[in-house]
Amino acid sequence: MSTQTDFRMALLDPDRPAPPNLQDGRGGAAGRRFAVYRNNVAVSLGEALETGFPTVAKLLGEQNFRGIAALFLRATPPQSPLMMTYGSGFADFLAGFAPVQHLGYLADVARLDYAMRLSYHAADAQALAPEALQTLMSGDLSVARLTLAPALRLIRSDWPLHAIWRFNHDDGPAPAPRAEAVLITRPEFDPVPWVLPPGGAVFITAILNGATLGDAFEAASTDTPEFDLSALLALLIQDQCITGMESQT
Amino acid sequence: MKPTNKALIATAFATALISMPHTAAAAEKEKCYGVSMAGENDCAAGPGTTCAGTSKVNYQGNAWTLVDAGTCTTMMLPAMENGEARMGSLEPLERDLPMNG
Repeated sequence: MSTQTDFRMALLDPDRPAPPNLQDGRGGAAGRRFAVYRNNVAVSLGEALETGFPTVAKLLGEQNFRGIAALFLRATPPQSPLMMTYGSGFADFLAGFAPVQHLGYLADVARLDYAMRLSYHAADAQALAPEALQTLMSGDLSVARLTLAPALRLIRSDWPLHAIWRFNHDDGPAPAPRAEAVLITRPEFDPVPWVLPPGGAVFITAILNGATLGDAFEAASTDTPEFDLSALLALLIQDQCITGMESQT
Repeated sequence: MKPTNKALIATAFATALISMPHTAAAAEKEKCYGVSMAGENDCAAGPGTTCAGTSKVNYQGNAWTLVDAGTCTTMMLPAMENGEARMGSLEPLERDLPMNG
């Protein structure tokens, strides 16, 4: 009998022979039948990656993407039966993969694709209604702390990440060379990527780390003197991102 | 906390709330369970094929010469200020070529 380890290793490495003693059911070697199974594993994982990283797939083109995906899936088979989380290491893999080093933005694009997926699968949370926020405004807002929706994701990039996304999904214009931070919100059930204005990422990071509104505002204003808090708050409220506000000191 | 910041935050909040549409956005859609994006487990290459799993060459560098539907090449971008590479054309690579077929 072949062990599960033999089977598993041969499954992901085409240079290995089929597991010894594995039979085709009629006393013959499993050979080609094992190859069919091997193929199904590679194809289905490759397709899961292609579905899960639509922007990377579009940037590279189908054939190139499949070539890279085949390498990744053999080096990094799923650790969990939940396919919705498969590919968490793909961005880092791309970052270290020599043949795509000239596409410096590619790893960040993979991070964005993956964050969109995680946002999609994140827990639901009831946002505070504008009326509820209105009543909370009577207190001192600078010492208030906000709780943000679990679906919210922030990705800071040295590349025009949001513009690259729009170029590939929304017929956006060719990206201009600048650094962009992307905030993913999920106003209803589908994630939406927004480009943050200057200082926005500093503010959101501070809030996510539990800072008060006052401290987060100060951090963002120090980073970017013209930081526009009102526009960012409007986005957070409109996209159902604020799920809690604690106004005690 | 500077008193001016305190006032600025209150004003920003008020401005943000005023800009909100009046209709309640909640519960406009219902969640449809059992519909997910990634991870179909079927073999779409068709049953009984052996192509993808048995290739001798994992990654062919020269496949880049067959640049297909990718947008890397159409999405031209001037060099970054820090001198990082621009989004250029995909060039053939001299690695991972098949050994004697």
